[in-house]
Amino acid sequence: MLEITEGSLAVADAVGKCRPQVIAAYPITPQTHIVEALADMVANCTIDAEYITVESEFSALSACLGASAAGSRVYSATTSQGLALMFEVCFNCAGMRLPVVMTIANRALGAPLSIWNDQQDSISLRDSGWLQFYAEDNQEATDLHYLAYRVSEDHNILLPSFVCFDGFILSHTYEPVDILTQEEADRYLPRFTPFQRLDAEDPISFGLFAAPDYYMEFRYEIDQAAKKALSVFPKAGREFAELFGRDYSGLVESYRMEDADCALVAMGSLCGTVKDAIDELRDAGNKVGLLKIRTFRPFPADEVKKALSGVSRVAVLDKNISLGSKGAVALEVRDALYGSQIPVHDYIIGLGGRDVRKKDIARVVSLAGEGKGDLYYGLREEVLK
Amino acid sequence: MNDEAACGLFDSGHRACGGCGAAMAARLMLDAAGKDTIIVSSTGCMEVFSTPYPETAWKVPWIHSLFENNSAVASGVVASLAKQGRKEKVIAIGGDGATFDIGILCLSGAFERGHDFTYICYDNEAYMNTGIQRSGATPYDASTTTSPAGSCSFGNKRPKKDLPMILAAHGAPYVATASIAYPPDFKKKVEKAINTPGPCYIQVHAPCCTGWGFEGEKTIAIGKLAIETGLWVNYEMENGVVTRVKKVVRKPVEDYLIEQKRFRHLFKPKKNDAEIAKIQATADRNAEKFGIDIKLKK
Repeated sequence: MLEITEGSLAVADAVGKCRPQVIAAYPITPQTHIVEALADMVANCTIDAEYITVESEFSALSACLGASAAGSRVYSATTSQGLALMFEVCFNCAGMRLPVVMTIANRALGAPLSIWNDQQDSISLRDSGWLQFYAEDNQEATDLHYLAYRVSEDHNILLPSFVCFDGFILSHTYEPVDILTQEEADRYLPRFTPFQRLDAEDPISFGLFAAPDYYMEFRYEIDQAAKKALSVFPKAGREFAELFGRDYSGLVESYRMEDADCALVAMGSLCGTVKDAIDELRDAGNKVGLLKIRTFRPFPADEVKKALSGVSRVAVLDKNISLGSKGAVALEVRDALYGSQIPVHDYIIGLGGRDVRKKDIARVVSLAGEGKGDLYYGLREEVLK
Repeated sequence: MNDEAACGLFDSGHRACGGCGAAMAARLMLDAAGKDTIIVSSTGCMEVFSTPYPETAWKVPWIHSLFENNSAVASGVVASLAKQGRKEKVIAIGGDGATFDIGILCLSGAFERGHDFTYICYDNEAYMNTGIQRSGATPYDASTTTSPAGSCSFGNKRPKKDLPMILAAHGAPYVATASIAYPPDFKKKVEKAINTPGPCYIQVHAPCCTGWGFEGEKTIAIGKLAIETGLWVNYEMENGVVTRVKKVVRKPVEDYLIEQKRFRHLFKPKKNDAEIAKIQATADRNAEKFGIDIKLKK
């Protein structure tokens, strides 16, 4: 049923319908509306979950880790500084193969302190073993939670997932969202069946230490599992499409790429603006298209290479910066295109909530046409002096 | 008695030093808690010596995540079991570094929220796993690798943090101290803690032969001396009130200090009466505060 609702409320609704048994969260802007809505559901018994109001994000994810190991479906949500505080636990959840699902309301990292959007927070956890899915709009943000549980809990995967949606831009925006009924949600997402759990009837030890003769094999297996998501995610997407008509089977998604000369590459809510800009550029005779990255981890290098094979140039819009290097998405795209002659230009854009408009996208396209890339777009003049 | 029965639920073959107080604490804890117990361990000596992959000494379900988060992980385990209608007891265990220092945020949060679990701190009074560095549980004047005695230092400059009182102040229904030198007492306290609803805390003195500098066969004797000198007091607190105390005929603290290399600088090259007097004063304060002295009839 289509409802005009706030992004955070739509996400909270979907999370509730995923039937998490344990929720542990700590408030942080702009994630708060999600965890408040879930607390409300628990307080009114519309969902049947234990809600642990922890004293820090570090404990939020630690509690999720314990609850998951003991055999429950778990959920948390955070952003920015909160995610940074969880850093150590993030690597543990993946290493211990626990299918935790967490929403990231993407926000910049300090210093300087900023509550506004970019994607530095989740990108900074790219090496942690968490699967990372990025939503363009609130419909996608909502639906990706159902997919995330399906993929994470698949016994061939058993890795945690971030569902990333841009803080404020999506989390605090009202849009029409098709809300699933509980019955529909249950048809797609079965009850949680843990692969193994803490159980006195069948005692096992979780989280042993590994000496140099075993450690590498653990890392290899985590990496293999993450890469399996390249086929498990599309399958989960197809099944979702069969039931509800919305298709997320693509690890990447092309928009007006059929005869594109210049391809823009982006993740998250920026894709909506880019699509509108492309429509106008196309009307003016520019052959421009968009390649939207839905799954940043695992990174769909083959799909990216295939989608970009026919273009003359690529312009990557990075809402993050690997300081001292390049934008993280551009590095991946360059790697995917290694050996081709296609130039990949990187544009660091929209950091700390700076607005990105259609005219900015048009400007990036013309900069790419001039071969000018690998720059911060739209900096204040005084820092360049 | 066969090996299996002797080891109980904490198996032989682990890598602890001979005479390790922490290993005794693990075995006694499981003797008391029984098989329907889930253990949540912090990083530390006990975790490392008991679980080198692919081996484990634990015959009950056991989980280790990080150094500082065992209380938070235990919160999640407790909530998860409750939601599934399961009845296993949950014990979080950590050394004094994990408990007094790096994990106190998670510990405080878990106690404030009132989860039904027991936290056991095996207190060997320094970071032993990393090579005997001082912690918030290291006693006054103990020489460690980060509080070494030297020409202008008598060792650790601060007294031990009073963690049991801090947790009692959280409203914990049951807080106790114990010692591996008194096994039946420790086991009784474990049983009481796991059967008391809400968050309970036991701090068990676990002498470390390697870190404190004594021969492994003396672990129990050293543990007893700590009690007999009044430097460690075994007591129970119920709802913030001390209800039971182990009383002793006190010996001078010198008897305890002289047995350990960590206090050697107080005796060599010459005896430091002024510093020993300060430690004696600590024991005297303990004795007065808890009323541990047995008055002998003359």
